[in-house]
Amino acid sequence: MVTTDPTRVMERLDKPAGARRTSLDDSRGYRIFRVVNAIVLLGVVVVTLYPFVNIVAQSFSSEVYIRTGQVNLVPRGFNLDTYKLVAADPAFWNSYLNTVIYTVTATAISIVLTTIYAYVLSKKHLKGRGLLVGVAVFTMFFNGGLIPNYVLVNGLGMTNTIWAIVLPNAISVFNLLVMKAFFESLPPELEEAAAIDGLNTYGILLRIVLPLSKAVLATMILFYAVANWNSWFQAFLYLDRADLFPVTVYLRNMIAGATSATSVGAVETNAVAISANIKAVTMVLTVLPIIAVYPFIQRYFVSGVMLGAVKQ
Amino acid sequence: MTTQITEPATAAAPGPGEPPKKAKTPRYKTTWRKAFKRDWQLYTLVIVPLLFFLVFRYAPMLGNVIAFRKFVPGGSIYGETWVGLRYVKMFVNDPNFWEVFGNTMALGALSLVFTFPLPIVLALLLNEVRSRYFKRFVQTVSYLPHFLSIVIVAGMVMQLVSLEGTVNQIVRALGGEAVSFIQDPSWFRTIYVSSEVWQTVGWGTILYLAALTTIDSQLYEAARIDGANRWQQTWHVTLPGIRPTMITLLILNIGTFMAVGFEKVLLLYNPLTYPTADVVSTYLYRVGLVSNNFSYAAAIGLFESIIGLTLILSANAISRRTVGTSLW
Repeated sequence: MVTTDPTRVMERLDKPAGARRTSLDDSRGYRIFRVVNAIVLLGVVVVTLYPFVNIVAQSFSSEVYIRTGQVNLVPRGFNLDTYKLVAADPAFWNSYLNTVIYTVTATAISIVLTTIYAYVLSKKHLKGRGLLVGVAVFTMFFNGGLIPNYVLVNGLGMTNTIWAIVLPNAISVFNLLVMKAFFESLPPELEEAAAIDGLNTYGILLRIVLPLSKAVLATMILFYAVANWNSWFQAFLYLDRADLFPVTVYLRNMIAGATSATSVGAVETNAVAISANIKAVTMVLTVLPIIAVYPFIQRYFVSGVMLGAVKQ
Repeated sequence: MTTQITEPATAAAPGPGEPPKKAKTPRYKTTWRKAFKRDWQLYTLVIVPLLFFLVFRYAPMLGNVIAFRKFVPGGSIYGETWVGLRYVKMFVNDPNFWEVFGNTMALGALSLVFTFPLPIVLALLLNEVRSRYFKRFVQTVSYLPHFLSIVIVAGMVMQLVSLEGTVNQIVRALGGEAVSFIQDPSWFRTIYVSSEVWQTVGWGTILYLAALTTIDSQLYEAARIDGANRWQQTWHVTLPGIRPTMITLLILNIGTFMAVGFEKVLLLYNPLTYPTADVVSTYLYRVGLVSNNFSYAAAIGLFESIIGLTLILSANAISRRTVGTSLW
């Protein structure tokens, strides 16, 4: 495969723990253990996957079978009508589009801010660096809390705008530390040489450092993008116009509307309980992009977590 | 608008928790003037991200003064008049508060008891797998729930435990009566903790698996020569090898003890399950943002943040003294 950082990290993870692996001298007890172990791990796989399979099965089933508790692994009364129904709902597509817009905007802002701050923090000679690191790290352990944040965003007039979604969590300190660790690992000679050749700081960052950081940038973009795609609470808190809702809030209102009468601010398309297969279809469609890219992005996430851990 | 907010924040920003207020003393031998002259381009890069921290992190910290001031919606975000400890007294005397406080402790403790050790067990089991394809397969599947939105997880949970869902089908098949799990306070903790385990156990193995690969294989050889069987090798070599990772993660877990999955509780609970499900964060959410008692809710929130900070500082100090590993 491509020799990006994540690949190498994954290979290291795959490496069996050295000299322990000799099957010749396995005791009888250990051989039994290995069989049991394989069964336990298969059980973990089944339990992990079951809810997904169940939702997919429900999404293709007719409501009657779900309501009578007959849908588990395979669809009963197979049909695509529910998909057609949801696909014909402009509110669903509108919220889907909102999610895309919020995710792209928020990720772009986050990646720019995180990169430039991490780059500055990686300069060990910089006066005041300790203070700048401290300003960021302290927020990991103490934060203003829900109410002051709400009051602030309200006071800034951001309610019912995209800014309430994309700005308040623009920098994740964890991601910041991962990037800082990466920049610190780059050989300083390259930047020194570039400086001698007359590049200024901005030029060095844009033309020397960033091209060397493609793997870590990709990781960071994925971290932020997945977090933004999945987030709902900011939107739930600061948006009260249904045409601004991201798909997670659309889904949340659908779920809450069917289970409790007290869902605050829920905008219902119809007052009656929403049928299980419609919920299932909405869930499948919301999670589909994540599942589709998951096999390709997984290793970036793993390597990102480990990069972060090294520095902690 | 923006400047109005940032100004007070800038003045006090280096405040909480940050020693380098005394950075004026020549720690780096360079004067600020020289540093600015040499690195002014780096300093310009810092302006926007720093503004982010001041506005969206430190300004709300100062915003906690409304816990001691009367806040009028639409007025100053830092409140109107001092009222002293009125709101603190209010929650100390509020029986609802102590109920949700107890719920928070119970839910936090249960989560810790299950979500901390289970990833270690899973990592150890994975470590005994010889087929790298099987191992990779189990890992890939078990990481998947980590990538789901909490809204999806809540939706799945509700479908599974609904009256016609899989869990109740099993209950019926075993001859029992269907239970309305999601409306039954005695089931809330079970539902919460199991879904938490479902979502986090696989992802939690990553750091342990990484730590396992760094254990020197000579240690295992030596143990074998000394006659240790697999179990003894695991107990005397593997576990001590991943101990620093375990402690680090334990500290982090304790630090988030009070912040029990606010969003998940908010999605899963309903008035019927409040007796066990309502936690400090959801309570203050309702007090503040549903009933508009901003100052009262801010007082509760400040109390919660302070406990969180105290917990992580003490966990860190204790582990540094007793086992010599700490976050900083």
